[in-house]
Amino acid sequence: MNVETGIAKIETRDLDFYYGPTRALKRVNVSCYKNRVTAIIGPSGCGKSTFIRTLNRMNDVIPGTRVEGTILLDGKDVHAPDVDVVELRRRVGMVFQKPNPFPKSIFDNIAYGLRINGMKDKRKLEEVVVRSLRGAALWEEVKDRLDENAFALSGGQQQRLCIARALAVEPEVILFDEPCSAIDPIATAKVEDLIETLEKSYTVVIVTHNMQQAARVSDYTAFMMLGELVEFDVTEKIFTNPVNKLTEEYITGRFG
Amino acid sequence: MRKWASLEESVIRAFFLTCGILAVLVLVGIFATLLSTAVPAFKEIHLSEFLLKKNWDPTSPEKAEYGILSMIVSTLMVTGGALLLAVPIGIGVAAYLSDVAHWRVREIVKPIVEILAGIPSVVVGFLGIVLFGPAIAKIFHIGNGLNAVNGSVLLAIMSLPTIISISEDALNAVPQAYGEASLALGASRWQTLFRVKVPAALSGIIAACMLGMGRAIGETMTVLMATGNARAFPHGFLSSVRTMTANVAIELGEVPYDTTHYYALFAIGLVLFVMTFIVNLVADVILRKYQEREQ
Repeated sequence: MNVETGIAKIETRDLDFYYGPTRALKRVNVSCYKNRVTAIIGPSGCGKSTFIRTLNRMNDVIPGTRVEGTILLDGKDVHAPDVDVVELRRRVGMVFQKPNPFPKSIFDNIAYGLRINGMKDKRKLEEVVVRSLRGAALWEEVKDRLDENAFALSGGQQQRLCIARALAVEPEVILFDEPCSAIDPIATAKVEDLIETLEKSYTVVIVTHNMQQAARVSDYTAFMMLGELVEFDVTEKIFTNPVNKLTEEYITGRFG
Repeated sequence: MRKWASLEESVIRAFFLTCGILAVLVLVGIFATLLSTAVPAFKEIHLSEFLLKKNWDPTSPEKAEYGILSMIVSTLMVTGGALLLAVPIGIGVAAYLSDVAHWRVREIVKPIVEILAGIPSVVVGFLGIVLFGPAIAKIFHIGNGLNAVNGSVLLAIMSLPTIISISEDALNAVPQAYGEASLALGASRWQTLFRVKVPAALSGIIAACMLGMGRAIGETMTVLMATGNARAFPHGFLSSVRTMTANVAIELGEVPYDTTHYYALFAIGLVLFVMTFIVNLVADVILRKYQEREQ
């Protein structure tokens, strides 16, 4: 596992995670490089979602869980006492498995992240909403219906809305937790294209069930099994010439 | 074997059908009885006089008066006051239980709140007489604490369990995904609670408040014991008031059968029925509006 390119935006060191007595992550060491897409793959229940949710401390809200080891964001421990978790989550945005827009209008969905930060200026809000929708490749489809309820959109549009909503607060990192598992193939293609464009301005981490997706969109891939990191390398290497036997068996579809 | 199954099927169907019809019949029956007993009152009393006149003196030897406006106002005051207290507190407690409290605290507090709903109204009224009455008299420097405020406080206590319990269910029913989405955008838990969860649960919370109001508006024994029952038109929350329910309860036991007075008391019941009906209707309309917006 010798990957040395770029600057590590996020780095985990011997990351352990427990749900009560159950150990869900075992000494995971992964680096997510700046302006690169890192994919996390592995069979169901291998801890990939748990892993990505530790990066913005979303697991904090689940009672009875515990983290050990270190997660560094720009070299600073995200569990340090002086780190404000609210600020952390603003810097590390997240898009979830199922599209989860708020039961509000399209406009209000995107403006939400700005409004909670106290932005009231209507013109500024509009500007950011338009920019975010463009950034999420959704603008053309919704520009005439910003006041409509977000639930009126299709699943794929809702997911891109959620991406736009995450972009609006100008995060540095965007975490995608199986973003395409609940949407159709055409919508999936759109989201994948989008992820590739996001890489220019953001650090992206994506958990996916779909190996082709990982191969298509990512620069680096981490393969996990049973809470352990099996192999982490440049995506091309993982998919053409993996070092570990388990990785090879998984990517060739012998289990999973 | 098959024959038995189909017989069983039809017996069960018949049973549930009967239950359903029975429920409707009881409701229709109550309304019909109320209506038929109330209507004769209006042979002698003009409807506008009944609703808009302030004086209620059906036993006057000179001229009997049948105006229930004072009682309507009293009922609205006591109920409104109760809601003013119970709604903010109720929603606050519900939010605390659903979002803030440790699950162990919730497991203890929620059943306690629900037990509170089962306290007999006489007991609550008793509290009003021995506890809140003197306290109110002391605080406001008045001679007698049996007044509208006292009734409001007690009715607030009585409607709180309903409001808390149903609001909390509504807040818990808000999909976790909303909360996660909000937190992931860098919202604090308070922002998440007030800007995402409460709005998403609003239809349930409104329903909770309306049910609480229904409980308060129809309550009899407590207000009868704690509000003083003066017939005069109330001139403030510190006046002693007589609500519609209390008046019916006080007078129905002594009224001669088949008199205008007797029928007028049922007419009060009918007005109360119409009032609660309107409250429910309004609640329903509001609920539907919100649900449309959410879909």
